[in-house]
Amino acid sequence: MRELSFDAVVIGGGAAGMAAALELEARGHAVAIVEREERLGGILAQCVHNGFGLIEFDEELTGPEFAERFEEKVGARPIKVLCGCTVLSLEAEGQDKVVSCVSSAEGVIALRSRAVVLAMGCRERNRGNIRIPGSRPAGVYTAGLAQRLVNVEGYVPGKDVVIIGSGDIGLIMARRMSWIGCKVHAVVEILPYPSGLTRNIVQCLRDFGIPLYLSHLTTEIYGRDRVEGVEVAPIENGALMTAKAFRIPCDTVLLSVGLVPENELSRTAGVTINPMTSGPWADSSLMTSVSGVFACGNVLHVHDLVDFVVEESRRAGAFAAAWLAGARPGREVRVKAGSNVRYVAPARVEAGRDNKLYLRTMIVKNDALLEVKLDGKVLLSSKKNHVQPSEMITLKLGKAELAGAAELPDASIEISIL
Amino acid sequence: MSQELTCITCPIGCRLVVERTASAGGGRDPEGELSVSGNRCPRGAAYAREELLAPKRTVTATCRALASQGSRASQGQGSARRIPVRTTAPFPKERVGELLAAIYALEEPLPVARGRVLIRDALGLGIDVIATRSLG
Repeated sequence: MRELSFDAVVIGGGAAGMAAALELEARGHAVAIVEREERLGGILAQCVHNGFGLIEFDEELTGPEFAERFEEKVGARPIKVLCGCTVLSLEAEGQDKVVSCVSSAEGVIALRSRAVVLAMGCRERNRGNIRIPGSRPAGVYTAGLAQRLVNVEGYVPGKDVVIIGSGDIGLIMARRMSWIGCKVHAVVEILPYPSGLTRNIVQCLRDFGIPLYLSHLTTEIYGRDRVEGVEVAPIENGALMTAKAFRIPCDTVLLSVGLVPENELSRTAGVTINPMTSGPWADSSLMTSVSGVFACGNVLHVHDLVDFVVEESRRAGAFAAAWLAGARPGREVRVKAGSNVRYVAPARVEAGRDNKLYLRTMIVKNDALLEVKLDGKVLLSSKKNHVQPSEMITLKLGKAELAGAAELPDASIEISIL
Repeated sequence: MSQELTCITCPIGCRLVVERTASAGGGRDPEGELSVSGNRCPRGAAYAREELLAPKRTVTATCRALASQGSRASQGQGSARRIPVRTTAPFPKERVGELLAAIYALEEPLPVARGRVLIRDALGLGIDVIATRSLG
């Protein structure tokens, strides 16, 4: 088996992997990117709609444009890119990490390095994850799979569509299916508010007169060989009103019911997973529980903007480079999710420098308050015009705010939304 | 006559109520004839005016890719069947259907470079349709 050596190996060639690799290379390290698709870019290639890059490039781009700009940056640097290459395992061997992978071009090869950056992204929850009863006919797709079929492969998955879940991918697909001549009959959402952005509710549903059923559960999928319809029932005061159930005929069901970080590989390498995010526990330098293994982008926690993915991944690349150069985190303080906060990533901050955190709330609220407490004492509170679960919140905790933490043994920070 | 809209300028999503005042004749003069309420900031009023008087959308779609002889795509390797495209500016909403028909009628030979103009001055409205990915 052929073996190649690098300072760092980045697993995944989407936005996260490319941003991390560029940062490592810029700091003088020999880097390889392993990507299972034939080309760099990841999921952005199939996201042909606009809305990407407002932060990163200060202009509104489509997914393919955003991806290609990064692909060009990578191409301009001496970064080894292995495309069409699937990673089989990640193992620690003493101080080294060994990534075993296989491609038709190279056969089975081993990549040896001191640092690894996990950037495998996430995948869609499917029918099994939300347990919709009924038969198992053809015509049930996750929204992202349908997106790939339509936008990349050039297939139309069906004509009469019902979308379950109001996540952004489902909303974007409602517009796409409408624009290719299909009829989208409904979007069904179990929660009392939409999971996607308001902008997408307006431009992807209302523009096409697509009904949005909030507080409704899909109770059955009908059809023997092909989907023939779905049964939907309202939820009132927490109770499912089966007497008010109704049927919506359709030949295709798209599921937009959430994303899960893809961490099978991380688990086999011994990386500890945070059950709240389904991503690795990360310290203040985005290093996982396995020394020298870092994580960034959607494999760490699911982001809503690629611009945030890139920002986080640059930091992961820079932290990995610093670690390779011998730097180790100073005094760290634990960060806990307080009231109305689902999670905070990473789960630690370093007291002696500026830290950037991402968090997700569990509530929808105007005029909310973000409160940061250190051992019960308020460190920082800031007003938020509007919070909702689908909008990630960013927070900077600087040296000054954390000055007090350095002296306290076993201090912890709690972040709440009030 | 009043109409309700949700502002999409920012995530707050103000519920806007737009009244057309009685003096509204031909509906051509935007400033005087619409009164917007429910907006928390001036952007809401501007959004409501544009949305009611001249709604526009950035159109993104894909068009058919014709694999050239000897290209990777013609050999079935990473075969690109669709080329992603977009308008270079937001496009009048009521003409999006016509624009999509023109995009779907395209058959573009590969290779194609990102940014190449596939339809110049679409429907005579001064907006181009460009490829958003280099393929082939």
